[in-house]
Amino acid sequence: MAERIPRVKPREQDPAVRAGNFEEVSLGYTEEMALREASRCLNCKNPRCMEGCPVHIHIPEFIARLREGDISGAAEVIGRDSSLPSVCGRVCPQEHQCEGKCVLGIKGEPVAIGLLERFVGDEQIKRAAQKHEAAADLTAGPGRGRKVAVVGSGPSGLACASDLARLGYKVKIFEALHKVGGVLVYGIPEFRLPKDAVVAREIEAVKRLGVEIETDVVVGRTVTVDDLLDKEGYEAVFIGSGAGLPRFMGIPGENANGVFSANEFLTRVNLMRANDPCHDTPLYEAKRVVVVGGGNVAMDAVRTAKRTGAEAWIVYRRSEAELPARAEEVHHARQEGITFRMLTNPVEIIADEKGTVKAIDCVEMELGEPDESGRRRPVEKPGSRFRIECDEVIMALGTSPNPLIKHTTPGLATDRRGCITADEEGRTSRPEVFAGGDAVTGAATVILAMGAGRKAAASIHEYLQAKK
Amino acid sequence: MFNILTKRELAPSIFEMRVHAPRVAASAQPGQFLIVRTDEEGERIPLTICDFNREEGWVTIVTQIVGYSSGRICAMEPGDAFADLTGPLGRPSDILEMSDEELRIHKFLFVAGGVGTAPVYPQVKWLHEHGVEADVIIGAKTKGLFTYVDEMKQVGRVHLCTDDGSEGFHGMVTGLIEQLIEKEGREFDRCVVIGPMIMMKFASLTTKKYNLPTVVSLNALMVDGTGMCGACRVTVDGQTRFTCVDGPEFDGHLVDYDEAMRRQNMYRGNPKTDITKHQNCKCHG
Repeated sequence: MAERIPRVKPREQDPAVRAGNFEEVSLGYTEEMALREASRCLNCKNPRCMEGCPVHIHIPEFIARLREGDISGAAEVIGRDSSLPSVCGRVCPQEHQCEGKCVLGIKGEPVAIGLLERFVGDEQIKRAAQKHEAAADLTAGPGRGRKVAVVGSGPSGLACASDLARLGYKVKIFEALHKVGGVLVYGIPEFRLPKDAVVAREIEAVKRLGVEIETDVVVGRTVTVDDLLDKEGYEAVFIGSGAGLPRFMGIPGENANGVFSANEFLTRVNLMRANDPCHDTPLYEAKRVVVVGGGNVAMDAVRTAKRTGAEAWIVYRRSEAELPARAEEVHHARQEGITFRMLTNPVEIIADEKGTVKAIDCVEMELGEPDESGRRRPVEKPGSRFRIECDEVIMALGTSPNPLIKHTTPGLATDRRGCITADEEGRTSRPEVFAGGDAVTGAATVILAMGAGRKAAASIHEYLQAKK
Repeated sequence: MFNILTKRELAPSIFEMRVHAPRVAASAQPGQFLIVRTDEEGERIPLTICDFNREEGWVTIVTQIVGYSSGRICAMEPGDAFADLTGPLGRPSDILEMSDEELRIHKFLFVAGGVGTAPVYPQVKWLHEHGVEADVIIGAKTKGLFTYVDEMKQVGRVHLCTDDGSEGFHGMVTGLIEQLIEKEGREFDRCVVIGPMIMMKFASLTTKKYNLPTVVSLNALMVDGTGMCGACRVTVDGQTRFTCVDGPEFDGHLVDYDEAMRRQNMYRGNPKTDITKHQNCKCHG
């Protein structure tokens, strides 16, 4: 019976309207919609959705609570495994995770687990805001107020800090930028993840656990990991410094004026609010922007460019089927009028006599044999070089970890890509140093980083309890 | 918040501020820079650390009004506070890696111009504290525009030059470098040039003639200053480098100055960098 109810579509801003504003695209579910969608869940005995979730949220259990109208109960179930439900409900690639495994998806559409998680998280935020709870003193717990430092206030750091604070540790997060949240504030745009309504509130919840946050501290420069351990009295350090270093293609013309990394473009808009005339950071003015890449960051950059009033293109060397971005982002980008040039690879950026971008030269590609990633390798079609006129190029080719901590922390092992070497439990080559998130894996997802932060928190607890 | 302790005008439109920033002061080394942000609306602006005191917990910055954001920084007064100040950023000057014996072998020439004079000071001071007296050329358009001359005289041998001949050698720093080496027969084996990009370009061309190894400190545009954005990329010896994490000091004979100057002017004409907006802004109300 239950599967006959069609998947409930969330409310969305009209594409024509939202392409000109930065407000959130998806407006999510109302309570009535959430309850209706929750009723579709079959509450499987062997829930495959949970296997698909990197942190194994007890999905059928939270949906069952929700179906009973017990929103706090649902939040409590999610909270056992995730510290950021409002964030993950919005940014997880659910189609490859929980929803990709849902049995309803075999014949029809899977349960909208992401939207339900988001609904529960948002309701919980609203309730917490009404209560104005004071910061908790949890130092009576097994952690007994012993000091742990967390480097980076992104998803892995926030998750690690929350868990440790709940155990009674005195946790301080050190953030390099002036604003807390890491990639949640500098990387992911407002229209996908509202900063004040969602990110700031989730951070408030972390602070209510007694976690302190100091901004403007670049670990590796302002202080080193060993300073924190030896001079500031921290007994363990978690490194969740992310993967912040942008890659470029290495093609001619890449240093022309008007060529940016997606990191720079998104940081200017998201963190510095360069699109707002009241903020001082300037934004490069362009009529046609070409974004190179096909991941979530490329979609974020191209949709942001569109919202600043430019004509915006995606250029990607493989085909649509290989786009690594979330399906929803690609769908939304198309609705908003983004031009997609698939099987197209840039070879040179063309500048005018002043050194300013005026075009990008590309070649057409076709798909050959599968490569080591299992995807068919794009191969250049001979004689296919052509020109796209544009006045801004944004490179969204991925990022790698910042070497600053590696260079300033003796004895910390890293791999050839510069990622910190850590085991599944977040343990590094130094017993008192733990790490997780993109700093270990290279650029990945919010949920994986959060899961790694939580595992490291458990390892830190184990280490400190054994150390006494 | 980072309180401004003192402020003085070194020359027209050039201001020195001492700012309370204990963490940055504790780790700062000559050659490094910091980033300040005036307030919630402010831009992140990189500035070289010109002096620091670990015990008293302050750092000194020198800012010249060249656009809107530098104007807002210079409009702040003692008692005001920067919303953010972070650092030290970039790599320390490579003179810090030398042993005392190595330092004594070398003959250092520093070349400073305009707002670049103050950033030279911590390096010359550091050498002085390690028993080395360096020669320092300070250039200005005219004598009223000199900065940091008295401070520099305390720690190094100062040679002045002015474009109009109103004080010291009549001519530009390049002429004075030639004068010291060719006419006065002085020998140098290490040169550090800090100043406007155009000055660093021509000073480096001059030292190249004498095969004098030269280091320049670049002041590229930046956003985060920690390697995240790549706004500060510069071509050195045909390779793209990030000024913020690979620099700010590079081999002066290998920098592509024309590209660096072009990139520095990327936002020229953008309404937000317009100095006239600065004159009408609320902080000048």
